[in-house]
Amino acid sequence: MTSPDRPTPATDEAVDQEATRRSRRAFLTAGLASLAALGGWRWLVTRPQDDGALWPLRRVLDVNGKISKEFLSNADLAPVFPRNRAKEPRFNGRIGLKSPLDPATWQLQVQGLGPNGPTPVRTFSLADIQALPRVEMTTELKCIEGWSVVVNWAGARLSDFVTRYQLASAADLAPYVHLLTPDRKYYVGLDMQSALHPQTLLCYEMNGQPLTPEHGAPLRLVTPLKYGIKYIKRIGSIAFTRQRPSDYWAERGYDWYSGH
Amino acid sequence: MKKLLEKHPLAIRWFHWINFPVLLVMMWSGLLIYWANDVYRIGWGDTTLLKFFPKSFYEALHVPFQLAKGMAWHFVAMWLFVLNGIAYVLYTLISGEWRYLVPGRHALREAWQVVLHDLGIRKAPLPARKYNAAQQIAYSAVVLMGVGSALTGFAIYKPTELAGLTTLLGGYEWARAEHFILTLGYVLFFVVHVAQVIRAGWNNFRSMIAGFELVDTSASSSKTTRP
Repeated sequence: MTSPDRPTPATDEAVDQEATRRSRRAFLTAGLASLAALGGWRWLVTRPQDDGALWPLRRVLDVNGKISKEFLSNADLAPVFPRNRAKEPRFNGRIGLKSPLDPATWQLQVQGLGPNGPTPVRTFSLADIQALPRVEMTTELKCIEGWSVVVNWAGARLSDFVTRYQLASAADLAPYVHLLTPDRKYYVGLDMQSALHPQTLLCYEMNGQPLTPEHGAPLRLVTPLKYGIKYIKRIGSIAFTRQRPSDYWAERGYDWYSGH
Repeated sequence: MKKLLEKHPLAIRWFHWINFPVLLVMMWSGLLIYWANDVYRIGWGDTTLLKFFPKSFYEALHVPFQLAKGMAWHFVAMWLFVLNGIAYVLYTLISGEWRYLVPGRHALREAWQVVLHDLGIRKAPLPARKYNAAQQIAYSAVVLMGVGSALTGFAIYKPTELAGLTTLLGGYEWARAEHFILTLGYVLFFVVHVAQVIRAGWNNFRSMIAGFELVDTSASSSKTTRP
């Protein structure tokens, strides 16, 4: 049965030839595509590193951060949990905490940013922070290693601190915040939007108790918008900056934004 | 008499072969991430039948202490995985290829017969069409698993911005476990898939590269086309 618009059936040899011709072309294309993919891979893995990550990957991580920031608004609140689910988090980070701490002499040094550039450094005591409205929240701390734990935190909103002391009057003038331990061995960079989020706290209490030294006494950062690596312990100084500040773990191959 | 039977459209062949290395990179980088908190196991109480993963496994694959590298690769390759997946699903829907793929009403019964046949228990020939019911179920499932991996992945990637999704999946820890289980599913799929491709032979394998199958219509045996 041959329909008029169909060619008459070809001989077996003709079909075999056609099969061989098409196979050859397809496998050649497949081979070239595989070589191109391999070449692309070779190119990628031989690129110089940018802060511990191959620069093309670093570029994409930064774009991912930008996309994430576009979608972040103050209306996005991290889920909160019942207080009784709170547990003691693992003690994981010692960097920046190795020198002895004298709570009596501790003070927070803050470099603000005004329209004419950095403003003179001001110092604050823990009592100054505690005088700000106290905020308590029970949120999930997510470590970049992959574990998580629900913790109850109390402290002052970083945004209240910024507003009360007019540390960065116009947010667009200071798009970043840099937080460092007193010995400057651990440091964290934050985008202003995350820093001013209502769940970003200058925290002084954990699970109903004042912070212990290993958990960041007297003052640490807490923000469920980020991985635990950004929850800097024992804050010694804060600076509001125009340039994206350095970040301890971002210099070691991790995403600078590290946002949730 | 011989003739060429068109089997896999060019676009689907590209999607398939792009997905293969991309998924491999996702699984490798995922393993580097998982290592940093490798809590999953099969067992109960203090009894562990299988730990994910034994030390020897990590060492053989050079996994330890590469969390940052794993994360960097994972959050770059994820775009390729998702975009290729979306392109594949759209193509399948628009071209009508989904009709060969979506299991029919009696798929489960037929799939069981396919399993018996493949194990050599049942001798009756399989239905001669592009995909039998076992294939339809497996291939549809693996597409849904891809969707699942993307959703559970985004749930653990952005658990604050996508808090609704994360909660829907049972919370952060559950979403991570689901993401992991789906990956084990790919490994299982891969093993069976490759075994079946080898079993089905050259003509079938070539169709995933060149698109056609060479059939001999004069032969009375209804040669089945797998997978």
